[in-house]
Amino acid sequence: MPEGQFKEGIAGGRLQADQYADNFSDLHPPLDHHEALVESDRCYFCYDAPCMNACPTSIDIPLFIRQISTGNPIGSAKTIFDQNILGGMCARVCPTETLCEEVCVREVAEGKPVQIGRLQRYATDVAMAESKQFYPRAEPTGKTVAVVGAGPAGLAAAHRLARHGHDVTILEARPKAGGLNEYGIAAYKSVDNFAQAEVDYVTAIGGIDIQNGKALGRDYQLSDLIRNYDAVFLGMGLGGVNALRADGEDADGVINAVEFIAELRQASDLSGLPVGRRVVVIGGGMTAIDAAVQSKLLGAEEVTICYRRGQEHMNASEFEQDLAAANGVTIRHWLQPKRVIAEGGKVGAIELEYTALNGDTLAGTGETLTLTADQVFKAIGQSFVPAALNGSGASIDLEAGRIKVDAEGRTSLDRVWAGGDCIFGGDDLTVSAVAQGRDAAESINRALTSNGRA
Amino acid sequence: MADIRNNFVGIKSPNPFWLASAPPTDKAYNVIRAFKAGWGGVVWKTLGEEGPPVVNVNGPRYGAIWGADRRLLGLNNIELITDRDLQVNLREIKQVKKDWPDRAIVVSLMVPCVEEAWKAILPVVEETEADGIELNFGCPHGMSERGMGAAVGQVPEYIEMVVRWCKQNTRMPVITKLTPNITDVRKPARAAHAGGTDAVSLINTINSITGVDLDSFAPQPTIDGKGSHGGYCGPAVKPIAMNMVAEIARDPETHGLPISGIGGITTWRDAAEFMALGAGNVQVCTAAMTYGFKIVQEMIAGLENWMDEKGHASLDDIVGRATPNVTDWQYLNLNYVAKARIDQDACIKCGRCHIACEDTSHQAITNMVDGVRHFEVIEAECVGCNLCVNVCPVENCITMEPLAVGVMDQRTGKPVSPIYANWTTHPNNPMAKVAAE
Repeated sequence: MPEGQFKEGIAGGRLQADQYADNFSDLHPPLDHHEALVESDRCYFCYDAPCMNACPTSIDIPLFIRQISTGNPIGSAKTIFDQNILGGMCARVCPTETLCEEVCVREVAEGKPVQIGRLQRYATDVAMAESKQFYPRAEPTGKTVAVVGAGPAGLAAAHRLARHGHDVTILEARPKAGGLNEYGIAAYKSVDNFAQAEVDYVTAIGGIDIQNGKALGRDYQLSDLIRNYDAVFLGMGLGGVNALRADGEDADGVINAVEFIAELRQASDLSGLPVGRRVVVIGGGMTAIDAAVQSKLLGAEEVTICYRRGQEHMNASEFEQDLAAANGVTIRHWLQPKRVIAEGGKVGAIELEYTALNGDTLAGTGETLTLTADQVFKAIGQSFVPAALNGSGASIDLEAGRIKVDAEGRTSLDRVWAGGDCIFGGDDLTVSAVAQGRDAAESINRALTSNGRA
Repeated sequence: MADIRNNFVGIKSPNPFWLASAPPTDKAYNVIRAFKAGWGGVVWKTLGEEGPPVVNVNGPRYGAIWGADRRLLGLNNIELITDRDLQVNLREIKQVKKDWPDRAIVVSLMVPCVEEAWKAILPVVEETEADGIELNFGCPHGMSERGMGAAVGQVPEYIEMVVRWCKQNTRMPVITKLTPNITDVRKPARAAHAGGTDAVSLINTINSITGVDLDSFAPQPTIDGKGSHGGYCGPAVKPIAMNMVAEIARDPETHGLPISGIGGITTWRDAAEFMALGAGNVQVCTAAMTYGFKIVQEMIAGLENWMDEKGHASLDDIVGRATPNVTDWQYLNLNYVAKARIDQDACIKCGRCHIACEDTSHQAITNMVDGVRHFEVIEAECVGCNLCVNVCPVENCITMEPLAVGVMDQRTGKPVSPIYANWTTHPNNPMAKVAAE
């Protein structure tokens, strides 16, 4: 047994060296050729298919599956990329169990949907392995578009704009492109550096210049972009993390889950990554699950998710909850953080209060519970930070703290569009960000070219 | 317990399941394994005349087509008759028959179309104590190019002539195996009957090309870049075979002539269907070649169980029961009206019934009702064609429901008539025999 297994506090090297690679291997291993054929045979080629309607990017799922079954995976990949150029990542991270696969008629009929996500991965993997590019760029229009943020929304917008012949500059605050695909997804959902491979695949179309280390508000202002480019697309995601609003949350060992996940994704040696022996994760969404499961996989002895409402209210899908349970994570409900109990400035425990719904209002019951913890992750949601955007010049209208856009992704500012997590009304899914980026790009193209004609 | 013992033209077997003349019955080793598995009888793979045996290709002999999950639906072969020495085959037949006296062994024969050739082979087969012979007039490839097999089976006069030679030269029952590669199967059946055959068996395989290699542009199976049409069999040919069986069974000229049914029989249900149409027993090949000899256990148990459930005591109770219900189109009751009905609880909302009807038929199934995905039959448009039933992936979700007499047919605006009326008396028929009211 590695000596670090039961080490108190936050420490690395809790597992045998070879255990890390095993723990963080592909969550859903790719289908091989035979498996893909067997699975694609199961699709009924439905009329007006429910799966297609459930997909935020409206991928023609029956068609791409039929193309796999007829031995045309390249054609299948094109069907996917036509609607979603990040179809490879979406195949890996989409909560298919609450989207396409939830409404698959075979889910209705047998409780066993066609494995649409894995089939999508199969087809896109074939095309990407061949570096097959499907979309020639249109004649150069001479128009330039600035895209803020190289996440799913920005990449999707950039690709579609480049297709239309516009020149795109992506300004990305982080050292690498990819956004949450690179920094925010659990490692076992995107192995083998797939996020970067996908960025390379998307930008191979040409006409997309990614500039890293360029943060809005720090290195340039929105007004600069409006002045220097024909159009601007904002896809910077969410920069803030919601606070616990619990006493003592500034103690050492209280960490933003998104930062922990980002650090994990960027770590070259997972055994060096420190994790607590007893970890408490506060939250009920995908980020909470990702942080909890990965803590467990790093060797934490005890990991507990505490969520302030009931199981049925969790944003994390049932599949994700099961995944956590299967990895030994305990999920507790109706508990909200009250006080972080520190010893010598470091977390030692967390005091939680039981909650109950009184009509529509959630309130503490007064009963408390104290869990020993040497690490506490905050995963109670992220928020949009408008300071960088509205710090100077004309300001953009917000709605409920995020950027307000119309159906085409237009903001209140002329020649400025937005999409992805930073806009109001989204569902914080990669696939929705792709759809918004793509559709905003079409809107931009119409605006720049008088209805699509250069 | 139902009695499924079979007596086919005097040849007795413990059940009506025989293996057809084909690769599975080419030698003692296979036949013994088949008998151990429970097969009631075999038709030994076709013997040729004395002399150097035929040769087979040394590349692929089979081609196929598949359904979902790569289930084999149709198989094609370009194998010829036995390529083993005649005397070896005869010795093995004699020994197996001696060791398995309760099982049927029929020997398939194919020799040149001259009387001497048949006179030469019949006594040596008789000497094996085999139960009967089957005349291979069906093999569609290779042998037919040499004036045998289907080349004989396609000329009724030759069939009659050869059958007569055989009947004159052996005491063994003669079963004449027919080729489906003709326009009207009744003609060769009548010829065999006229020649005195004891029974016919059908179908032999159908001329076919199962695929084309799109790299080499050669038909499959491909032998050094070339291919030849082969004989098609398996589940895909069952409907063709059943029609031919029924045609012979209901033909007044051959009615009552014993038939051994062959063609895609895979389950007990397939066998029961052939027998209901008039087959006295059945022969199986592709199913065994796909799954092995064990399938006969399912066939035996399934047939017995069905007969017990329905109260059929013996095979005589089921053979030919469906034959009187096979008729010509012109005698179908045009006053019978059925409408499709979708069981909403069973419906999984795949929409295939809708799109099939909308794109290719009568626009009689909704896809949206009050803004909700919903598939329902529009009775005023439904002609009762049954396409929706056939494309629905859920069994019994869509059914065809007859309208009772007197009920208004919303499509025609007329009540369903109690009177049986067919095309022969229909007012639109210029040849109508009796004027309609």
